[in-house]
Amino acid sequence: MSESADYFVNFKNVWLAYNDELLAKSQFAVEDINLQVKQGEFIAIVGPSGCGKSTFMKLTTGLRKPTKGSIHVDAQPVNGPLKISGMAFQAPSLLPWRSTLDNVLLPLEIVEPYRSQFKAKKEEYVQRALALLKSVGLDGYADQYPWQLSGGMQQRASICRALIHEPKMLLLDEPFGALDAFTREELWCILRDLWTEQKFNVILVTHDLRESVFLADTVYVMSKSPGRFVVKREIDLPRPRDLEITYTPEFTEIVHELRGHIGAIRQQQSPSCAQPIASIAQ
Amino acid sequence: MHQKSIERWSPWILLVGGILIWQLICSAFNVSEFIFPSPLRIWNQLVEFRTTIAAHAWRTYWVTMAGFGIAIVVGVLFGFVIGSSRIAYAAVYPLMTAFNALPKAAFVPILVVWFGIGIGPAILTSFLISFFPIMVNIATGLATLEPELEDVLRVLGAKRWDVLVKVGLPRSMPYFFGSLKVAITLAFVGTTVSEMTAANEGIGYLLISAGSAMQMGLAFGGLVVVGAMAMVMYELFNYIELHTTGWAHRGSQNN
Repeated sequence: MSESADYFVNFKNVWLAYNDELLAKSQFAVEDINLQVKQGEFIAIVGPSGCGKSTFMKLTTGLRKPTKGSIHVDAQPVNGPLKISGMAFQAPSLLPWRSTLDNVLLPLEIVEPYRSQFKAKKEEYVQRALALLKSVGLDGYADQYPWQLSGGMQQRASICRALIHEPKMLLLDEPFGALDAFTREELWCILRDLWTEQKFNVILVTHDLRESVFLADTVYVMSKSPGRFVVKREIDLPRPRDLEITYTPEFTEIVHELRGHIGAIRQQQSPSCAQPIASIAQ
Repeated sequence: MHQKSIERWSPWILLVGGILIWQLICSAFNVSEFIFPSPLRIWNQLVEFRTTIAAHAWRTYWVTMAGFGIAIVVGVLFGFVIGSSRIAYAAVYPLMTAFNALPKAAFVPILVVWFGIGIGPAILTSFLISFFPIMVNIATGLATLEPELEDVLRVLGAKRWDVLVKVGLPRSMPYFFGSLKVAITLAFVGTTVSEMTAANEGIGYLLISAGSAMQMGLAFGGLVVVGAMAMVMYELFNYIELHTTGWAHRGSQNN
């Protein structure tokens, strides 16, 4: 017990099979995941597509329960959806009938203690949402509807929504995957600044190695079917990091190193491609 | 701008054009008013019997609205249950489809036995014929909820009810209004059909009595009135739909 209290996120020998049928065949979506994350740490998980990254996210949020092993977040065992986390996905998934401001306010209508005070403190919450929107460069777009915004702006609003209830943990599932290179780098910096300011925990799932090295303290490489963590790489680049750092030799070296690991995983996998892959369901 | 105004007036242009051609054919070939009345004749009859027609039309209108009101309540409730529970969906849907395949006019004699001649059968027929599309659309709107939208709320610890109220219901509103437009026209059909055999009042009754008295102009006038009432209600729901769920109708042409 004392061990799990030391870490903010603690996965101990976690296995997950999506259903009993797959369990009987010993086909696990993720296998033997061990992960210890410190308070305020920014971790990134990279790996080839279909390796169980999204499954890992579902485990962390409590949307899925592990078949074997235990998960603790913030010294509490994870038994159901966590209320201390915020999440953003590859698709912004904003509600089209709500204005940007109302979309950002949505978590406050759900999560306690905000929920019961929502009517009374609405003005305060609106100010908070407006400040957050301003910090990501969406000043003046609060009353626009999501479909009136560009893809990058929608994704910013989506990140605001994930942060409005001041979660202790931010989960990002390939949040910048669908954006163009320039917008993506812009959003990296916004995320970096928000994290530097508020020091929440971040778990970023991505397939962009530069993104993971630029943002994270620690990068984990995941292998594909079975989904396991095969490499843990601490990124010791000094902070605060500027975009310029991505053009330095040190940065490129780390990216190359990680690329090597992924390449090795893919090569091991390719002969077995003809076999049915258990994790297709994700 | 010019293109737009043509688009706006196009139904009226078509209507007036159609009536003119109808009138021309009737006058040119000297068609008997007892077989196929001309628009002018129908208009004269409408004016001549305006108080009678208005009374019957009012009766048909409120009876239809009563049946339609019940249909909205029942349709929304059933749709809500079916759409939010997979078991209910699997259990109820096939039976409802079978029920919907039955001709509703066939229920009228049964309803007469149960409720007698009058408003009972008419209200129920209009309800029976119009609740199905409402139910199906609400259920579809709820059942086809994108899992991503649901996850957004579920990771926050939202209950099923929260997801339904915050996401499911608003998202199914365009489906709901779409179904109202279909259902209101059906509701008028239900009332009229029922009144034809099981009432002493209403447009359906007027059609039968005018037909048996060979007053074709009056019978056609009755049809015109039902059509006009259904169209007005349709446009009303269309208007409400555009002003409440505009987010679902953002065509590239409108912006």
